[in-house]
Amino acid sequence: MTAPSIPVVEMRGLATRIGGRDIHRNLDLVVEKGQVVGLVGSSGSGKTTLLRQILGLLQPSEGQVRLFGQDVVTAGGEMRRNLLRRLGVLFQGGALFSALSVFDNIAFPLRELRRLDEDWIRRLVYLKLQMVELEPAHGKLMPAELSGGMVKRAALARALAMEPELLLLDEPTAGLDPERSRSFVALIRALKSELGLTVIMVTHDPETLAGLATHIAVLAGGRIETFGSQADVMAAEHPVVEAFRQGGKG
Amino acid sequence: MSEPPRLQIESGRVVLSGDWTLASILPTLAVLAQQLDDAQKSCLDWDLGTITRLDSAAAVFLWRTWNESWPSKLLISDMHRHVILRVAETSLPNAVHGRWDFRRPLETLGAAVIGLFLMLRGLVVVYGQLLLDLGYLLRHPQEMPWKEVSATIYKAGAQALPVTALVGFLIGVTISYLSALQLRTFGADLFIVNILGIAIIRELGPVLVAVLVAGRSGSAMTAQIGVMRVTEEIDALAAMGISRSIRIVLPKMVALTIVLPLLVMWASSIALLGGMLSALLQLDISLGFFVDSLQRAVPVANLVIGLSKGLVFGFVIAWVACYFGLRVKPNTESLSANTTASVVTAITLVILVDAIFAIFTRNFGIPQL
Ligand SMILES: Nc1ncnc2c1ncn2[C@@H]1O[C@H](COP(=O)(O)OP(=O)(O)OP(=O)(O)O)[C@@H](O)[C@H]1O
Ligand SMILES: [Mg+2]
Repeated sequence: MTAPSIPVVEMRGLATRIGGRDIHRNLDLVVEKGQVVGLVGSSGSGKTTLLRQILGLLQPSEGQVRLFGQDVVTAGGEMRRNLLRRLGVLFQGGALFSALSVFDNIAFPLRELRRLDEDWIRRLVYLKLQMVELEPAHGKLMPAELSGGMVKRAALARALAMEPELLLLDEPTAGLDPERSRSFVALIRALKSELGLTVIMVTHDPETLAGLATHIAVLAGGRIETFGSQADVMAAEHPVVEAFRQGGKG
Repeated sequence: MSEPPRLQIESGRVVLSGDWTLASILPTLAVLAQQLDDAQKSCLDWDLGTITRLDSAAAVFLWRTWNESWPSKLLISDMHRHVILRVAETSLPNAVHGRWDFRRPLETLGAAVIGLFLMLRGLVVVYGQLLLDLGYLLRHPQEMPWKEVSATIYKAGAQALPVTALVGFLIGVTISYLSALQLRTFGADLFIVNILGIAIIRELGPVLVAVLVAGRSGSAMTAQIGVMRVTEEIDALAAMGISRSIRIVLPKMVALTIVLPLLVMWASSIALLGGMLSALLQLDISLGFFVDSLQRAVPVANLVIGLSKGLVFGFVIAWVACYFGLRVKPNTESLSANTTASVVTAITLVILVDAIFAIFTRNFGIPQL
């Protein structure tokens, strides 16, 4: 514990170029264990793309992405799998498997481990459903039969299924009613204190940001323009932050 | 950084320490399960005070070891007690176990029969809607979706020219070659013209093209309509007040009905060309003579039958493809199942219709010697 801990996510000099357009240029971001980083930026500024970089779904055209100290892109086979098992992702559109019921969606990564028996998995799935405030009966529904907010919560339950150390959340509270947003904030807080969870969260919701983020990263012009503790960044002069401040008041 | 989970028994207490998380218990799962079971049997006090991390997977592990009740003596921090409490309070619906039932096969059979009738009904509905739409378009000709029709003609027709030509040519060469071997032994060389002419124009051309188009365009149509359902594009169209049947279904059915006879004509001609070349090389029948005797050997009724088959096959393929496309439920599994069913059903129906044609046209087009 005394050794300097390795950052959970470390991006250095990252550049992303899709179809001849620069999405990121010379981007640096370091997220330490236990931080809850709110990633903010205007729509289309490349936040989702940044999360895809962390997952190794995109090849950086320059620079490096390190996850738990290892390069995601060059890590191959078994190592990459073990790396990815330590994180849970909530995609912006949910990305539930449309052919599987909600229950099977959440059970899927657990079954992939091939070590847990069905009773264990069943308890875990219903526990996760309860954590995200879905009813046990919702487990039987297919993704197409869910409301927008329910899709978000089911996807969150799936992201939490593997007890990840790092959670990547793409607009977790978009489409949730205010009360559900608040219980989402409470849930992530509890998990953080119990497990020392690290979270990177894209959000447009001032309340979620204020309630949850320990740190804020502002993405603009393809770079992280500002990074710091919530209080510091919220006090800073930045158009994006300004918008959030006003949103928070209203 | 993370400490492995440990279990020690010291002076009448079970002491758990280290990280109890899914990732850390997995490598030594069997050993830990055994140790926990033994500890549970010896009814000792539990000391969980020195656990560093406890996640819900491990909490489920402990809770199951304790047979779903709190041990009488338990030392645990409030935070970790809360984690286990959450597991304890999870409401588990009763598991429904599928037991074998003698009625099950009967139900499956019944469902299959009902499914068949539902399919027939569905096909009739699609057909009826087409008639209604055609009636509507007669009164409002300006709403005819010409662009979609011509796009489908291009995709299903023009782009299918090379593959139908290739397959037709090879079939023509093969049939001609094999027949020539037989005919020569009987000295009946000249009948190659009759055999090729009637077989290709009346039977092989239409069926061949129909099978190719069912696999090529039928599947594409089902998948396209299916994906539009999955992504709610059809709902978006409906919300704009655009009829999905006029804009999506009708153009496909009209276009394929128009284009298939043309493809049949094309493929049959190329197949005959292949047959002619093969006959020239094998039996020394000149191209000019072949063409000349073709007119005498094959009454024009055969061409009419072949082309009308093409018309009907084209309609059947598009009909089936649209029906299955509209039946897709918004998930990937259903999409693939319906695409498969579409192609299989279309080909089966084509063969069936072909047999019906054979029976009803048995008196036409066969030259009586
Ligand atoms: N697969 C792709 N091909 C081409 N361009 C892409 C692709 N994915 C993203 N982009 C472009 O990258 C830019 C950033 O997209 P991204 O999805 O990361 O935005 P975002 O910050 O998540 O926005 P939002 O807040 O609206 O979700 C956009 O301009 C988008 O057009
Ligand atoms: Mg996004």
